[in-house]
Amino acid sequence: MLEVFSKVFRKESGASKEIAKERLRLVLVHDRATVSPRFLDLIREDIVDVIVNYMEIDEEGMEISLDSMEDAAVLMASIPVKRVKRLARPTG
Amino acid sequence: MGRVIVITSGKGGVGKTTTAANLGTALALLGNKVVLIDADIGLRNLDVVMGLENRIVYDLVDVTSGVCRLRQGLIKDKRFNDTLFLLAAAQTKDKTAVSPEQMEELCQRLKKKFDYILIDSPAGIERGFQNAISGADQALVVTTPEISAVRDADRIIGLLEAAGKENPELIINRLRSSLVQKGDMMDIDDMIDILAVQLLGVVPEDDHIVVSSNKGEPVVLDPDSKAGMAFRNIAARIMGEEIPLLSFNEEVGLFGRLRRFFGWAQ
Repeated sequence: MLEVFSKVFRKESGASKEIAKERLRLVLVHDRATVSPRFLDLIREDIVDVIVNYMEIDEEGMEISLDSMEDAAVLMASIPVKRVKRLARPTG
Repeated sequence: MGRVIVITSGKGGVGKTTTAANLGTALALLGNKVVLIDADIGLRNLDVVMGLENRIVYDLVDVTSGVCRLRQGLIKDKRFNDTLFLLAAAQTKDKTAVSPEQMEELCQRLKKKFDYILIDSPAGIERGFQNAISGADQALVVTTPEISAVRDADRIIGLLEAAGKENPELIINRLRSSLVQKGDMMDIDDMIDILAVQLLGVVPEDDHIVVSSNKGEPVVLDPDSKAGMAFRNIAARIMGEEIPLLSFNEEVGLFGRLRRFFGWAQ
């Protein structure tokens, strides 16, 4: 009931706070990622830890970056694969 | 042993100095011995907000550089009986006139004599900010419900945590409940959700603040001011009391009255 009420109410006035929150969310993704120089390194280490269970990768050639799209932030990882391990047990 | 609390924000103009003046005054009203330090060297302001600008003889740099004794640098607020003091910022020096080590040493000395040492940090994240936080046991981050202020608060929280000042607490200043109700201003939950910090208090936008600054009388001394009440509550929370947030729904007219009628008031 409250939700309906506030939705109707907000429609009338534009609810610009939603725009503010969305813009803030995006800008903080980048602020937080760039403020700490270790941020991407930490992600890289964790990604490697997971992937080595499945494949052999070229860690030297691995690239990871956080990029801006128009209305989203995208974490891009380029990971050269040297060999895929044979899974001991079938999946699915 | 006293507690050193730094009041920061990153962005300028969100009400750090007003917050420092009012929390210091409110803590003194509640029976504590308090000293306020204006760490904004070169842009002295806390003295005028406190109405003590004509009483300054020595300043922070005079104290840290040994020009005067600590006791001589502390300006007594005569409205209080030996419980509220100000250590003013130097106006003619720059931020490098004090080092973080000197600030830390100063705080250690003041902790022996006062219950609360409140430091008004300059805006920005440079040397002045580093000086202001270096001796602090606890940090309060002031923000307003604006995208720029919240962004800077996020940065400051990150820097505080990186400097080992963990669990900073948030004060949301200048909240306008009528805009919040219309959905045109971020509300308390929005900001807490984004910043992921503990909320210490919310201060409504209040014309009394302008009047009190004009007069040099902190608004906590005005019993009719909602902002004053909010600051007094925050001071009590600093002392460990559990006091619920004020409700600011009065000003919202028909919608607010309807909400309250149906029991939806927060």
